[in-house]
Amino acid sequence: MDAIKYLDPTTQFVLFSIVKILVAFGVTLTFVAYAVLAERKISAWIQDRVGPNRATPVFIKFLPVIGPALVRLGIFQPMADGLKFLLKEDFTPAYVRKVYFWLAPALTAVPAFMTMAVIPFGSTLGNPKNPMVIADLNVGVLYTFGIVSLGVYGIVLAGYASNSKYPFLGSIRSSAQMISYEIAMGMSVIAVFMVIGDLNLSKVVEYQGANIFHWMVWKQPLAFFIFLVSAFAETNRLPFDLPESESELVGGYHTEYSSMKFALFFLGEYANMIAASAMMVTLFFGGWTFPWGGGAAAGLLGGLGHIACFVVKMLLLMVVFIWVRWMFPRFRYDQLMDLGWRRFIPLALANILVTALVLAALNH
Amino acid sequence: MTKVVERKPLSLLERTYLPSIASGFKVTWKHFARSVFKGKTLTMEYPEEKWVVPEGYRGAPYLVKDQEGDTKCVSCQLCEFVCPPKAIKITPPGPEGPAADRANAEKMPREFEINMLRCIFCGLCQEVCPEEAIFLQRDYSLTGRTREEMIYNKEKLLELGGIHGGVQKWKHKLEEAREQEAFPVKNP
Repeated sequence: MDAIKYLDPTTQFVLFSIVKILVAFGVTLTFVAYAVLAERKISAWIQDRVGPNRATPVFIKFLPVIGPALVRLGIFQPMADGLKFLLKEDFTPAYVRKVYFWLAPALTAVPAFMTMAVIPFGSTLGNPKNPMVIADLNVGVLYTFGIVSLGVYGIVLAGYASNSKYPFLGSIRSSAQMISYEIAMGMSVIAVFMVIGDLNLSKVVEYQGANIFHWMVWKQPLAFFIFLVSAFAETNRLPFDLPESESELVGGYHTEYSSMKFALFFLGEYANMIAASAMMVTLFFGGWTFPWGGGAAAGLLGGLGHIACFVVKMLLLMVVFIWVRWMFPRFRYDQLMDLGWRRFIPLALANILVTALVLAALNH
Repeated sequence: MTKVVERKPLSLLERTYLPSIASGFKVTWKHFARSVFKGKTLTMEYPEEKWVVPEGYRGAPYLVKDQEGDTKCVSCQLCEFVCPPKAIKITPPGPEGPAADRANAEKMPREFEINMLRCIFCGLCQEVCPEEAIFLQRDYSLTGRTREEMIYNKEKLLELGGIHGGVQKWKHKLEEAREQEAFPVKNP
């Protein structure tokens, strides 16, 4: 480890960045796998079912009590699912537009992971020059919005490339929905940044760091609400899952996809959920800071504590995502558009105005 | 006659969707708490626990024996004839075949096969049988490793069918005949 200290700062930076990227990527992928499990389990419980409880690896017979309990919780199910996706036949129908058909899943999954880059998931691990964020951009949130809106291209392309009716309709719906709600989402955070006065997400966390009462969710509840609902729409989650509405569109934009290509869409959806949760934690729930406050960690243990705190907050929001799925029936398409354009955009604008007035009054 | 369903306009509170959020959460929480904290789920974990098959359930058709342990089937082949998917195949004994189990039955099948892969559990064989020799019984989950294994032969069907304690249609005739034999009749 000492050898690292003698490298020049640029090399050190590159090295640390690569490590952070790999770790964040791996952890996100694991979270995606277990988010799927959580979704299945929580859905099952809400519907009075048991959920996946069968996947049993060979070594489990050596764990006397914990083993069967883990099996009942379905802990090993994601591994079996992953393996299944790898072994499934990757079928490409003859009538699709091949290049775009192959490109679309990647275009959906990649932006979902790229948004994680600017999110500060921890303070430091002892070295203050090495913050726990992959790219500490000054325009953090603008980058996120830019990348998130790229995600829609994957879906549009999937619908176009599939060359069949259901995916086409699904992707049309999806693009309209995502473009509409992006406006509301973008406007809702403007008010937040007006209060904070900085676009850098690390600064946003710092601003909220003092204690639980400084969290943005108390100062901008309306902005949080609009952001939350827009996040549901952006990630194509119920009650806004019109693009994949099973009852009408079979599977929506990924009807023609199978095997790993389908898995990539799935991955993208859940990675988007994780990214949206992480974003909400950063913007409204004080990021990695503990509810009782405290600045950047001095040692390794504190740093890990901050990361754990961030993850716990994120997971709670993920549960909200999953839970809401069973609380609402799906919105009709016109209701969805109505909600986006005629309720949330005016509300977000009003919120900006009120925030501006209050800020002006306070500064005088 | 057309019935007009009255749709009341939503009140301001309802239009915010907040009451439906609350009621949605209430319902989902109720079910979640019941499954997680009380462990009450509606699911039956099938291979480990099995449902009680009700009386009169119409599962797989099996041949039955009567109270004396004799084969009831008389190889009339009505079931074979009526079987819609042609699952039943009966080999009659023929002139030199084995004698029937029952004393006053003319014959019984040499072989009686039901292809359980073809059988649709319709119960027409049971309905048509004049001897009450075949019944749809309680088995609903039949498994085998090969197609051949799923063709049940007479021996297997009789073993699975067991004894049916129904009316013994010809018993009193047999008794009557026996009594007559025992009766001291003087030939002229």
